[in-house]
Amino acid sequence: MLLASSLWRLNELSGQVEHVAGLQNYRDIVTGPLYRIVTRRTLILAAGVTIFDIALAFPLAYYAARIASARLRPLLLLLIVMPLWANYLVKVFAWKTIVAGDGPADALFRVLGLHIQLGTSVWSVWLALSYLWLPFVVLPVYAAFERVPPSYLEASSDLGARSWMTFRRVTLPLVLPGVVAGSIFSFSLSLGDYLTPGLVGKTIFLGNLIDALAGIAHNQPLAAAIAFIPMVIMAIYLLIARAMGAFEAL
Amino acid sequence: MTEGRLARVVIQAGAALAMAFLYVPLLLVVLYAFSKSIGFSWPPSLFTTKWFAVAFRDPDLMTALLNSLKAAVVATAVALVLGTLAATAVHRYRFFGRESVSFVLVLPISLPGIVTALALSSAVDQAHAAGLPLSFGIVAIVLGHATFCVVVVYNNVLARMRRTPGSLVEASLDLGADPLQTLYLAGTTQTLPLWIFNHIRLPVDRPIVNVVAMLVLIASIVPVWIAQRLAGGAEGEGVTAIGTPRGGAAP
Repeated sequence: MLLASSLWRLNELSGQVEHVAGLQNYRDIVTGPLYRIVTRRTLILAAGVTIFDIALAFPLAYYAARIASARLRPLLLLLIVMPLWANYLVKVFAWKTIVAGDGPADALFRVLGLHIQLGTSVWSVWLALSYLWLPFVVLPVYAAFERVPPSYLEASSDLGARSWMTFRRVTLPLVLPGVVAGSIFSFSLSLGDYLTPGLVGKTIFLGNLIDALAGIAHNQPLAAAIAFIPMVIMAIYLLIARAMGAFEAL
Repeated sequence: MTEGRLARVVIQAGAALAMAFLYVPLLLVVLYAFSKSIGFSWPPSLFTTKWFAVAFRDPDLMTALLNSLKAAVVATAVALVLGTLAATAVHRYRFFGRESVSFVLVLPISLPGIVTALALSSAVDQAHAAGLPLSFGIVAIVLGHATFCVVVVYNNVLARMRRTPGSLVEASLDLGADPLQTLYLAGTTQTLPLWIFNHIRLPVDRPIVNVVAMLVLIASIVPVWIAQRLAGGAEGEGVTAIGTPRGGAAP
């Protein structure tokens, strides 16, 4: 259905959708600089969110899986997933208020002596999205850490490896599929999200573009064609992830 | 323990930072719910509970909350039934296309939300044009949510079924239980996703896959994108249905 409607086109005079198949929408996408810019911007955002989430999730998952006591661990896991129960919009609005002018973020930066105002910048969107998807990233990484057999670690230290060496040569390769699995979530969710950029920021991302075209502009065919951009990106991403063994880590 | 002292301190600091990142925004929302002023000002002038009263007296808000609840319950029920049936079929029987069931079910959740929403909305459009009794509104919203939830239930149940020893089922049948009793006694205790709560308390097994699944299920009861897209004909139910479950944050 999506494929079919992406091949139709909008009659410029009547504003009606004509059910005639053609590749016109795809030609528009490939030739139009707007779509390329927005796609690149969205990719950078999704990558940024993913990197930030991994940076936060890694120590948290490490701590939960390895260092926390057996009694603390279930509690910690529950705390990690609890924010998922809170409503999506509530969380987005929380960030909207945090980064708003004279909000908590401004107050914090003032205390630190920095002259930064997040406001409706891309950084606010980046923070909000990172916040939203963090639990999705922590869980696969945690699962990967938990799956590392303790005997491997013992073997490694018996063979004379120091802790850093063990981490680099044993733990990291075993945990990496989990990290990639987590990144699938943050990456694909950032790629498709259109509410957060619209509410927290002002910048147009792919999701907003599709939403605006399907809604306000009533150009469903073009919107459907653009929707294939994130789909193709995700297909490539999933193929790479599968090659890295992320699917077994899900 | 294989970590050095420094490494442990670094990891603990990182973990603490991540937890703070997770919880500070939520605490702020709670804080604002008690704020006296109408706008969001910092620091908020505390302390009033009047917004809760306002929220509970607002009939629109209550209808919206009720709509959310209704959609959530129905979508969950649909997803539970369909997901369990699909998992049972895949687990127990061999049939044409069995290998692709999993992929087809996973597709809606692995694609960006807006794409699924768009696909659904154009499907609803077409169904409506074709004279089927399907239009935008609460039914479409429920369908949308159920699409998301089915895969979660499916994965979850299938994983548990694979882990349920076949001998257990055979033993039950040998002891004279009929299929329903077997399902109830041997099947449900082993497969029902709800049992994950036991696993949170007693981390004997590897609970994580199921915890993830259950939480995604709960989380996907309330995602907005589908609802927003599909709420077209329902006087914006979907739109108000979303932002409001937590009383007073938006005065």
